[in-house]
Amino acid sequence: MTLTLIIIAMAIVTYLPRVLPVFIMDHLQFPGWVNKWLKAIPYAALGALIVPGIFTVEPGAPIVGIIGGLVAAVIAYFRGHIMIVIIAAIATAFIIQRF
Amino acid sequence: MREEQLKEIHPPTYSEDYWHGLKLAVPVILGYLPIAISFGVLAVQTGISFFHALLMSMTVYAGASQFMALNMLAIGTAGLEIVLATFILNVRHFVMSISLFSNLQHIPKRWQTLLAQGITDESFALASLRQKELGSQPSAAIYLGIFSGAFGMWVIGTGIGAFIGNIVPEALSDSMGIALYALFIGLLVPAIRAYWKIGIIAAGSAGLSWFFSIYLSEGWAIVLATVFGSLIGVWVLEEEEK
Repeated sequence: MTLTLIIIAMAIVTYLPRVLPVFIMDHLQFPGWVNKWLKAIPYAALGALIVPGIFTVEPGAPIVGIIGGLVAAVIAYFRGHIMIVIIAAIATAFIIQRF
Repeated sequence: MREEQLKEIHPPTYSEDYWHGLKLAVPVILGYLPIAISFGVLAVQTGISFFHALLMSMTVYAGASQFMALNMLAIGTAGLEIVLATFILNVRHFVMSISLFSNLQHIPKRWQTLLAQGITDESFALASLRQKELGSQPSAAIYLGIFSGAFGMWVIGTGIGAFIGNIVPEALSDSMGIALYALFIGLLVPAIRAYWKIGIIAAGSAGLSWFFSIYLSEGWAIVLATVFGSLIGVWVLEEEEK
């Protein structure tokens, strides 16, 4: 599959959930548990994306990802702006790789 | 009060409504710029062309899944897994769309289908929070203002990032692989801080993802961990009050 095709397919599967309610609104009622499931999906996705991927940021040196991730988490916890979180993690990884 | 009276004499035109929407969207527009630039830089450094980076931001227009796609492309994941993971990650927009369009039934369907493309976590949150301010029968133009402003900045930022992506020094770009994870952490940690049970869902999914990755490719591990990890939410989350 070429990248263009992948992107078009991604666009279609992203647009469908956005647009379907326009047409099926009138006859739709979810049970409570489905609502909770849907609500949890973004957080589950983030968790699944971070681990184990972060261990392979620097091939063969999982410590780079772990320390960089911890720095990001601490700054995010103390309400640092998302850009500061990102820049600090990059700087941390940059510094660790010098040693 | 004065404004109310003015509205009666002179109902806002579509172009006034559009500008009103655009002004409302300023916080989201500003917030999107740095993240879109990061996406552009990372895309080019992952080996994706300027054209493909822009195409993705214009047609997919979903931050988390675009970063996820970069990540999966970087580790050599097959296309089908990327598309499936994108779908699973964005099913949540279904719920937002239901919520949004339940208040916009007076707008013609053809406008609704256009507005639907503009639904993101941030623009939806903004549109929902400002619902009272928009009145009982807001025009399509005001939503077009909100959504097109955020969308425009996302595309422009991607272009800037993809343009400078190749001139970012190599010593720095070696360390930039972590930017993606920092973004994920930066999105997740404040959510956990606001509601700790979200942490159970994320930690459970992270554990599942690690477990599945031992036996499966990383792409499928992410997809399966997201589907099953989010089921934890059925038990730990409280019902929303209607």
